[in-house]
Amino acid sequence: MKQYIKAAVLLVLLAAFLVPTLSLDFGNPAETSLDDYFIRYGQEQTGGNNIVADVLMDFRGFDTLGEATVLLTAVLAVGLVFRRLHKEEEYEYE
Amino acid sequence: MYYNLPFIIAAVIAVIGIGAMLFRRNLIKVIMGLSLVEAAVNLFLVALGYRMDAIAPIFTNAPGTSMVLPTVQAMTLTNIVIGIATTALLLSFTMIIYKKYGSANTDTVRKLRG
Amino acid sequence: MSMSKIVRAAADIIFVFILTFGFYIVAHGHLTPGGGFQGGAVIATGFVLLIAAYGSRALLDRFGKEWFRSSEALGLLVFIGTAFVALFLGATFFANWLANGGLIFGEAVAFGPNPGDLNTGGVIPIMNIAVGIEVLGALSLIVLYMLSGTEEGA
Repeated sequence: MKQYIKAAVLLVLLAAFLVPTLSLDFGNPAETSLDDYFIRYGQEQTGGNNIVADVLMDFRGFDTLGEATVLLTAVLAVGLVFRRLHKEEEYEYE
Repeated sequence: MYYNLPFIIAAVIAVIGIGAMLFRRNLIKVIMGLSLVEAAVNLFLVALGYRMDAIAPIFTNAPGTSMVLPTVQAMTLTNIVIGIATTALLLSFTMIIYKKYGSANTDTVRKLRG
Repeated sequence: MSMSKIVRAAADIIFVFILTFGFYIVAHGHLTPGGGFQGGAVIATGFVLLIAAYGSRALLDRFGKEWFRSSEALGLLVFIGTAFVALFLGATFFANWLANGGLIFGEAVAFGPNPGDLNTGGVIPIMNIAVGIEVLGALSLIVLYMLSGTEEGA
């Protein structure tokens, strides 16, 4: 019984994901004014040829800051999970 | 134009990932389903910014100036890094759970142990 | 826990090329496909190759976790510090205070395709290098930590 509910949920999700693709047009993005600005003026304003790097490090630098912070936090959390309280081979979670 | 094939494939991959998360009992396979959903989102983002007959947005020796959208590619890069971080954290938790319970099956893990 | 001599010798040779390729991707991040994250991931792959060939104990004797930990923190500090310098120069946070200034990385670029000049980009190459240093430390640390949780890596 539970399996059928899950399958029904999956089918509903598939339909919900497939219906919006009908309104999209591959190869012809709907709203491009911001990206056109980046392509036209990004090279002159920042000097970098790679527009993706310009967007990542300059125009949307806060995104990269948050991203780097997420990576730092993940490493800290993994280190906390595997931390060793004492010098011998005993782990804290055992 | 190509009958929106990349969007349909992204939707199918996302549903396969959610199905793996719903139907599988093994925690490793649940994390694999999560990674599949991330991959589907990346594919959707990159396909959303594609422009017909355009080149990658890099001006070094570029053959033209008709370029695909750069912002969604930056978003995809952010998503990849965050995906690495979450996957590493979830796999660490799975290792701890396996050490404590002797199994990564969610039915076994459900019982509380002191 | 090290592998056979053939694997170790091959890893020694390939590691140099992986390191060179990774630093090339980081340094040319503002001109060619790539950037800090991708190059840092490539360099971390080189360290993972050394771990697979020699075992984590041998690598930790040479570098130590503190080395990777401080490289990660240093990368993030340089990244935030570069963004903060713009505040003291009267611009906004994350402003590109080196672009088109004529100083280091300050060559002006006109719109349109060009062969590429390393001395451009303002703060973008500096931030690429900072993020590359951070990612190489972070990914190597994740592998080392997860290996220390297994039986043979403990």
